[in-house]
Amino acid sequence: MDSALIPKGARRCPFPVFATGIAVVSVVLLWGVFAMVLCWLKGLNQTNMNDYYGFALWIWADLAVIAIGGGAFFTGLLKYVFGIDELKNIINLAVVIGFICYSSALLILAIDIGQPLRGWFIFWHANVHSMLTEVAFCLSLYFSVLTIEFIPLILENRQLDKVPFFHNLSHNMHGVMAVFAATGAFLSCFHQGSLGGVAGVLYGRPFAYREGLLVWPWTFFLFTWSAAAYGPCFTLTVCKMFEGITRKKLVKDNVIHLLAKISGWMITTYIIAKIIDTIYWAGVTAPEMGFSLMDFYSDNAFYGIWILFAEIVLGGIVPAVFLTVKRFRENKKLLLVAIILGTLGVCLNRWVMVLQVMAVPVMSFDTWALYIPSWQEVATTILPVAYGVILISLAYRYLPMFPQEQELYDSK
Amino acid sequence: MFPFCFEWVWDAGHYLFFGGMWYTISILGLGMTFCLLKTIVDTLNGKGAGHGDDHH
Repeated sequence: MDSALIPKGARRCPFPVFATGIAVVSVVLLWGVFAMVLCWLKGLNQTNMNDYYGFALWIWADLAVIAIGGGAFFTGLLKYVFGIDELKNIINLAVVIGFICYSSALLILAIDIGQPLRGWFIFWHANVHSMLTEVAFCLSLYFSVLTIEFIPLILENRQLDKVPFFHNLSHNMHGVMAVFAATGAFLSCFHQGSLGGVAGVLYGRPFAYREGLLVWPWTFFLFTWSAAAYGPCFTLTVCKMFEGITRKKLVKDNVIHLLAKISGWMITTYIIAKIIDTIYWAGVTAPEMGFSLMDFYSDNAFYGIWILFAEIVLGGIVPAVFLTVKRFRENKKLLLVAIILGTLGVCLNRWVMVLQVMAVPVMSFDTWALYIPSWQEVATTILPVAYGVILISLAYRYLPMFPQEQELYDSK
Repeated sequence: MFPFCFEWVWDAGHYLFFGGMWYTISILGLGMTFCLLKTIVDTLNGKGAGHGDDHH
């Protein structure tokens, strides 16, 4: 039915099978949209946010998708600015993932502000002393960059490419893509960092507070570095998911291994910095504010020392070792374990820096404030996942997302 | 956002935030304008005409 739109030579499942899959995911999407409309019509009382939790579950989701979407800016930087040409075979996937992640982040923010029609106030009435203002600026502008990076791929659709104007536009945009990629990397460095800076400057919350360099707490640099390090892990995870679902090899191993190796070394340097930061915070910063390390990990039902272990060892040291050592990296199972652990590790880091920060008691008369999100928060957090599945499925079916697909199929 | 907005102040914060924002918008705008103009010229010169399925 839609064979004229499918890239030439590519093999895709029959249209009814595809449409059925999309319809199933659309039901989940509609559930999320219903919850989103409730939040907009009835207000943020639909959530379980309270005086302790000014940030709902979706703010964790927001920070997590921005971190794992970091693969787009970092892969773009490596490909277009540093000239690592092999990555052209996975950059399309990274851009589509980045586009989905950042559009999801903006959607989440539109729900979070409660009145999206006033979203433009942050530009018009900007508070230039707020790190979140910088995040809003950079996030919006970087989404524009991702849209610009996505357009040539859309124009390469088999039918659109036949139109001379679209073909030429796609070609010309590729020609200046390095400028856009460099701009995107600049914007990403600042908004990823500022998201970390938001936690790091909270001097009233010793669990989050960090010292730093000039106006930037160390969390600023750690967030930027971790997004660049772990973003490619998510790109590779999605690539492996596609290969598993379609039972086809879509990207050559040398490309996978190269990106995995770069990600591994980035994670290694990041996790060393993170460990030093944690030791200094636990040994100097927190005690100066009257807290010991175990104050943050005891006397509650959920946040034990296990979460620190899981974040640093399972989500940091293990993927770093598996991805940097060639023998492990080239083992398919260990590679898969490493990229999944890496993705979960950065999501756990964002969880800790958003939700645990608000759960930890600050005053001597305070108790731990554990938080159960409402179903509306869960639904609106799952909403971007359903949207992402639909969009990436459409992109895979109708766009040349994997340039090596045909070659790999022919050589089978 | 603009110097004619009532809360605008000529200070370092506004220079940095809005300087950075307008600088970035300028780069993106100029880049896309260049692409569109070059595409119009290329298309008028017949480039890409007769392009079909053989491209990929």
